[in-house]
Amino acid sequence: MIRRKFAKVGLAAVAAVSALTLAACSSNGGGSSTETTAGGNGGDGDLIKVGFSQLGAESGWRTANTESVKASLTKENGIDLIFVDAQQKQENQIKALRDFIAQDVDIIAFSPVIETGWDEVLQEIKDAEIPVVLVDRTVDTTVEDPYVTWIGADFRLEGEMAGEWVKENYPDAKIFELQGTLGSGAQVDREEGFDAVVGADKIIGKATGNFTRAEGKTAVEAALQAYPDMDLIFAHNDDMGLGAIEAIEAAGKKPGEDIIIVTVDAVRDGLQALHDGKFNFVVECNPVFGDQIVDLVKKVYAGEEVPKETIVVDATFDQSITQEEIDARLY
Amino acid sequence: MTAPTELARRVVHHKLFWPVVALLVLLLAAGVRSPGFLSVTVQDGHLFGQVIDIMRGAATPLLLALGMALVIATGGIDLSVGAVMAISLAVSLQFLDNSATADQPSTAVVAVLLGVAVALVLGAFNGFMVTVLGIQPFIATMILMVAGRGIAMLITKGQITTTTSPPFKTIGSGFFLGLPMPVIIAAVAFVVVVIVVRRTALGMLLESIGINREAARLAGVRSRNVTWFAYAASGLLAGLAGIVYGAPTMAADANNIGLMKEMDAILCVVLGGTSLMGGKFYLGGTVVGALILTTIERVVIIFHIPSQTTPLFKAIVIIAVCIAQSPVLLRRLDLRRLRRASRRRAELASQEVPA
Repeated sequence: MIRRKFAKVGLAAVAAVSALTLAACSSNGGGSSTETTAGGNGGDGDLIKVGFSQLGAESGWRTANTESVKASLTKENGIDLIFVDAQQKQENQIKALRDFIAQDVDIIAFSPVIETGWDEVLQEIKDAEIPVVLVDRTVDTTVEDPYVTWIGADFRLEGEMAGEWVKENYPDAKIFELQGTLGSGAQVDREEGFDAVVGADKIIGKATGNFTRAEGKTAVEAALQAYPDMDLIFAHNDDMGLGAIEAIEAAGKKPGEDIIIVTVDAVRDGLQALHDGKFNFVVECNPVFGDQIVDLVKKVYAGEEVPKETIVVDATFDQSITQEEIDARLY
Repeated sequence: MTAPTELARRVVHHKLFWPVVALLVLLLAAGVRSPGFLSVTVQDGHLFGQVIDIMRGAATPLLLALGMALVIATGGIDLSVGAVMAISLAVSLQFLDNSATADQPSTAVVAVLLGVAVALVLGAFNGFMVTVLGIQPFIATMILMVAGRGIAMLITKGQITTTTSPPFKTIGSGFFLGLPMPVIIAAVAFVVVVIVVRRTALGMLLESIGINREAARLAGVRSRNVTWFAYAASGLLAGLAGIVYGAPTMAADANNIGLMKEMDAILCVVLGGTSLMGGKFYLGGTVVGALILTTIERVVIIFHIPSQTTPLFKAIVIIAVCIAQSPVLLRRLDLRRLRRASRRRAELASQEVPA
């Protein structure tokens, strides 16, 4: 009941409790699979009720992201999480968002499965005065001020970081670029960032591998024939890079020596390939930012000023990575 | 008319003439553009080369298209093959993941049988909907096309199941007699289907149903059982395709495995000269169709065509083949040729008169 009033009165009124909630803030990095705390209009009035709509489980990255959200948005951290998986369908996600409104959550967080088509439901959320935190992806909508803040990775920066390394270590490389699913944010921005840094003249060819290992392999098989002088592959994700390894080995060449491989993501399989000397450089696309979401949620709930964008910090790895670091990887 | 020109005419008029020409043109063009494209070498005891890669890539669409051709012959369609791929792979990998002896060949065999059996059941379910309940094939199979991915998600619990099992992986990335395993599997499947369908009356029965279901029934064809068989076979082959496709990566990605593959399969069948109206079907043609499809995807990279325009290139090749195969166009050309021939005969006759 108390919470219901808070939501109606608005953010300003809850500023007073900010100190209290912030005191409870601690970044819970570890912990394996915390169970979802579904529904329940129980009496735990001091918890922030967050409705989180995840878009699905389309990749290992997403799974790690989900784990991180579930591990961080816990009762111990002062959050009552309602987690709904949309299984990559927008209608599921819209339904989940409407359910959140009906359940009168304090904050709605979601990773939109696509950019458009959110006008109506975002307006409903706005009318219900529930603040929205966008995670990882963005929306394209006519609703004014549709969300309070966005948190996610800067794909362009990832591309630039990969480009900087290539420029420094292999300035004369003949590069083949293995693109992600065409038109996806990760593909467009990583390509833009990378190409801008290394220079378009260094890139002798591009083809898409749809972010999958199988299609990455097929593309590289053909590329080895089409661009015999290529000596560096930049793959927009680890999976395609792993596919490239298979294709290069099948052609009797040594990945990591004859052909340098640079990728983005840093999932465990990718880092293992790096440790085995088959990848040369990996830029992280960090999915484990549940703790940062908790911080944001608390600030938003408290009505504090938050930046419009929060960029998740990405690390980079080269072949000096140790087996311990890989084993410690959550995903 | 002399014998050689008669032979040439028959070759040109063969259903497979234009698809084969398209395939050869694509391959030769790629060979000219990139020397060495057509060469095949022996490496570590097995064949290696772009052409071998294309054959391996064509295995999955071919497996799907074989079943699809049978279904299309009855005048039906099976939209669920892509989803069935996802389900069979999910079943197999989930089984391996829960098994303690995933590295044993026997476990891998059980996993394959399990996945294919589930696919067979799904195919039989499609057949049940179409034959017993009389639901239109488009709608009946669309149910699984939409719901199938949900089933696959249930099996993988919404995650991407990844596991390791060397013997299972061999199905996708191994070699047998110097050829990639998927090529062998697709070839065996092709031979089996050809024997079952063409060495018995089954193929004729399928065609008779597609041409006129009621007439076939009145003539004593058990159209229900035969149609049911076609859908079950399509399901089984789709299940096999899912396992062959997913085995190299060993990742059951319920959302993406087999996505839009039903369209590829239909395309292979149509490129192979089979009409979507049902009736006559050409299994040899589907092989050519599958090879064309895979070759197109490969040559766009060889031609340095940006991936953004790949669909356009694909469309142009397919439209060209379809136009060349168009029965209306062929009849027009034939008529013109006949008219010209008769005119020439008339001229010859008029010249001969004064002499």
